Parts: sequence; structure tokens; C-alpha cells
Amino acid sequence: MVTNSASRPKRKFSLRQQDARTAWLLLVPSLLVMLGVTIWPVISTFILSFFNAPTGIHQVRTFVGLGNYLNMLQDQTFWETIGRTLYFTVVSVGLELAIGLAIAQLIHSHPWGWQFLRFSLIIPWAVPTIVNGAMWRWIYSADFGALNGLLMQLGLIKHYVAWLTLPNMAMNLVIVADIWHTMPFVALVLQAALATLPEDLDEAAAVDGANAWQRFWKIRVPLLRPAILVALIVRTVDAFRVFDIVYIITSAGPAYKTLTITYLTYLNSFSFGKQGTGAALSFLISAFTILMAFLYIRLLYRPEETQ
Amino acid sequence: MHNRKFLRKLLLFLLTIPIFFFIYFPVLWLFSASLSTQVELFSVPIHWFPQHPTFQNYLDIFFPSQAASSVPQTYAVSLLNSIKIASAVTVICILVGSLSAYALVRIPFRFNRSIQLGILATRMIPEVSLVLPLFIIASGLHLINKPIVLIVTYMSFALPYAIWLMAAYFQTVPIELEDAARLDGCSRLGILFRVVMPISVPGLVSTAMFVFLLAWDEFFYALIFTSTLAAKTVPVAIAEFIGRYVVNVNGMMAGGILAAVPPVLVALIFQRYIVSGMTAGAVKG
Repeated sequence: MVTNSASRPKRKFSLRQQDARTAWLLLVPSLLVMLGVTIWPVISTFILSFFNAPTGIHQVRTFVGLGNYLNMLQDQTFWETIGRTLYFTVVSVGLELAIGLAIAQLIHSHPWGWQFLRFSLIIPWAVPTIVNGAMWRWIYSADFGALNGLLMQLGLIKHYVAWLTLPNMAMNLVIVADIWHTMPFVALVLQAALATLPEDLDEAAAVDGANAWQRFWKIRVPLLRPAILVALIVRTVDAFRVFDIVYIITSAGPAYKTLTITYLTYLNSFSFGKQGTGAALSFLISAFTILMAFLYIRLLYRPEETQ
Repeated sequence: MHNRKFLRKLLLFLLTIPIFFFIYFPVLWLFSASLSTQVELFSVPIHWFPQHPTFQNYLDIFFPSQAASSVPQTYAVSLLNSIKIASAVTVICILVGSLSAYALVRIPFRFNRSIQLGILATRMIPEVSLVLPLFIIASGLHLINKPIVLIVTYMSFALPYAIWLMAAYFQTVPIELEDAARLDGCSRLGILFRVVMPISVPGLVSTAMFVFLLAWDEFFYALIFTSTLAAKTVPVAIAEFIGRYVVNVNGMMAGGILAAVPPVLVALIFQRYIVSGMTAGAVKG
């Protein structure tokens, strides 16, 4: 990670000052860009969230204080959406971590073809999110989908099913598609972390009679904790703001059964013409993200304690 | 004993089979469907392999004929838009980002650490939290449907990511080399361009690859800022033709394959950089 070489021999004061000026010069272009496309928009969104801001030519913004937030908290759709988003996040990230860890350990055990398996994991990771979504939408298709074709040939269904119209199935089907695309990241990161673990602990435990299962849970998993936590946070932040894959597979349907918080924000801001409400929702997502970022930074900057 | 070892190997190998199936079944079916005619795609029971495979769906995209629907024609244009936009974002991020990454890694100054943390935090802020003010400004400046608006807004996630990755690579350049160059009277910029950057070429290549993939993948801003052919990118093109006009599903499957091929190829070619990049950046999901 990024640290300063502060332990280097001290230079003369004037040189240091000169250095600091160079540093700012080098940073100015990036800081200006980020001020324009990140910092200012966040602040501006926050301010907008205190206004009633309907879209349209002759519409006027009116200050409503905490009105947007209060309306949001009293709205049942909001709470249902939060619930769905958390369901998506927990199930998707949980399964990704479980499957990713299992695959990482499997590769680490070097079965025949493990190098090909590691190579293959890169493909779903690199497929663009929208292509991934479109692909699974077609797989689930009621008219020609591969899922129907497969289940029919296995004799599990008698006639084609319109999977994405089943209210209780839609979100789970989106989760499967999401796992296909994002699980490889977890597997590859954890596999890389596994490969760096010292072998001697494992061997010592084996000599002491610990079986493979015990060695995995009692030795490798605790040592992997930092890597697992980093993967967990990165994936949680990403999953909580899910939009693309839902947009393409279900468009939030059927009957808003796959409506997530980012989708609700998008609808308010760009379809319902309620930018103030959209801004309040946006800020909520920002707040959640900043909280997660804070946890992430604390983890990253304590490598000496955790490794 | 030998038998047990063999059994273990066999068991582990059997475990990999469902994983391979899960990874390859969707893409192979997509590919197979992209080689099918409309009639065959809709046949029941399903044809896993087209009986009359055809490249017509791909040819329609690159050599649109009068007979073909408008779908393939607009698709080629959006492919070109995506290439242009992702390349521009990559070049700008490497140029602007490398300067900052070097300053953060090698020059001690007062707010160094705060800026590092700030960059890490801004990378995690989702696009949806930034899009409203950007949209209002872009509309005011009549920049909607111009490629420039995507190039600029993509900086919000690409630039911090590039800085973070390059900082991790610059960190590994031996400080002795820089000290030697300094003693020879080389300036900070001279050190960056003549010493650090040449040594970090693999890191720069890997950063460029990651940024390119991020920009190629981006959908949310593209959906909101573009709708005409002037700037529409591939993900938007795919989204527009899905569900709405289901006239040419297998044509769009060819489109999906074409959109996936560049990033997958790039990722497979630079395979050895990917895991190190994922670990160093640990940002792209």
C-alpha cells in the first residue's frame, strides 16, 4: 500500500520546501479534476436534497429543509427497497465469499488443470456487466432460453417457464447472474493471498495430527482474515449500489420486485422528475459508502497488526 | 498410499467440473446462439449447436446491408464510440495520474496522507451520488450526447483508481536509483520520466488495462448522458435493443460477443498482471 519513505535521511529545509512545491504542482491536475467531478457534485447533491426540485422548464426549486428525508423515511416503498437491496447484498456477497474461498482453496490444492481453472476465472470477470446481464436475460428467456432448454431436456419441467415474471424468483436469478460475474474476483484475490501464506505452520499442524478440514478453518482462514475483509468490503460497497445488472435483466420488475436503492434513485431523478428526492436518496447511498470506505481504510492502514 | 493420493487427485478434479460448467456454459451458449439463425434459436427442443452455423449476425454488424435491420448498423458506431472514449480516458488517467501517484509515493509533504485517504474514499463514492449535478451542468452547457461528457465524468472513478494502482507500482521502484539520479542533478520530473516511469512500464500497462476495462464496462453515466449515435457506447446500445425491439435477438447476441471480446482478450493476454492489480487496487468488483 502507499506509504511515505519518511525514514529516509533528512534533507536540508530549503530542499524540502522545494519538494513540497513540486508535489503540489504534480497533484494540481488530479485535484482539479476530482474537485470538479467528485467533490463538488457530492456537496451539490447534498444541498439539492434540501429542496423540492421538480424537473421542467418553468419549475422552481423551493427549500423544504429535511422534507425530502422525512418523506423518504415515511415511504413504505423506501423501506421495501432498502430491504431488497440488503437481501441482494447479503446473499450475493455471502455466496461470492463462500464459493470464492472454496475455489481459492481448490486451486491451492493443485488438482489436475488448476492453472486452466485460474485462467478460466478471468473470463467471467472481464465480460462487461451489461453483456453479462444480457446473456443471463437470454438464458432465462421464456421463449428460447438455455435454462428452459436444459431443464426440459433433463425432464425437470414439462413446458417452458417465464422465469423472470415469477415474483419470488426474479431477484434470485439476478443474484446468480451477479455471482457469475463477480465471484471470480473474490476467488482470484483469495487464491493469491493463500499462495503467500507460510507453509511451515500448515505442515507443523499436519504433523500434530490436524486433518485438512481443521487446518483450513483453524490456520488458513484466520491468516486470510485481512484479505477476506478487504474482499468483503469492496464487494459490499459494489453490491449495495447494484443497478446495471438489474436494469438489463428485469428493469426492476416484475411489479418492482427487483427494485434496488440505486434504481429508485435513478427513477426519482430521471423518470419521476423529483430531483430533490433523488438527491436525498443519493446522499444516503454516499453516507453508507463513506462509512464502508472508512472501515476499508482502517483495515488497509493496519497491515502490521493484522498480518 | 499411492492409491489414496490418486483418489484425492481424482476427487479434487471432479470438484472442478461443476465450476468449469458454471463458468463456460453461459458464454458458450451465447456464442453458439450468436451463430444461429432466428428460426433455429427459437426451436424447441433447444439446439445447443446450430445445425446451420452462420456468421451472418456478425457480418450484418460490420457490413450492414439494406436488408438488415437498423440494430446492427447502429451497433458498429457504438463500438467505435466505446473504443474512442475508453482510450481517451485511459491516456488522460495515465498522464495526469502518474504525476500525482509519484508525488504521493515519493515526496513527503504536509497533507500527503490526507490526500491519499481522500483519493481512496472518492473512488468508492458511487456514480449515482454524483450524477444529478453533473447532469444539470452538462445540460446547461449542451454537452449531452457529446463524447467529451463521458470522458470527463469517467474521471470520477477512473482517475483515483489509476492513481492508487500506479502509486502501488511506483512504491516498488528502488529508492537508491532515484537517489543516484538526484545526485547527478536530475530534477523530480526528470526522475519521474527517466527513472521511475521506464522501470514501471509493466505497472503502467496493467493500470492502463484496468482503466480501459472500467471505462469499457461503464453503463450508468452512459445511459444518462447519451442517447444518440454521436456518443452512445456499447453497453447502452445493448440495453436499448434488449426487450424493446426483440426483432433480432441473435443479432444482439453477436453484439454481446463483440462487446465482450476486447476486454476478455486484453485480460487474458495480461493475465499475470491481473491478480497483482486486483490485490493492489482491490477496487474493481
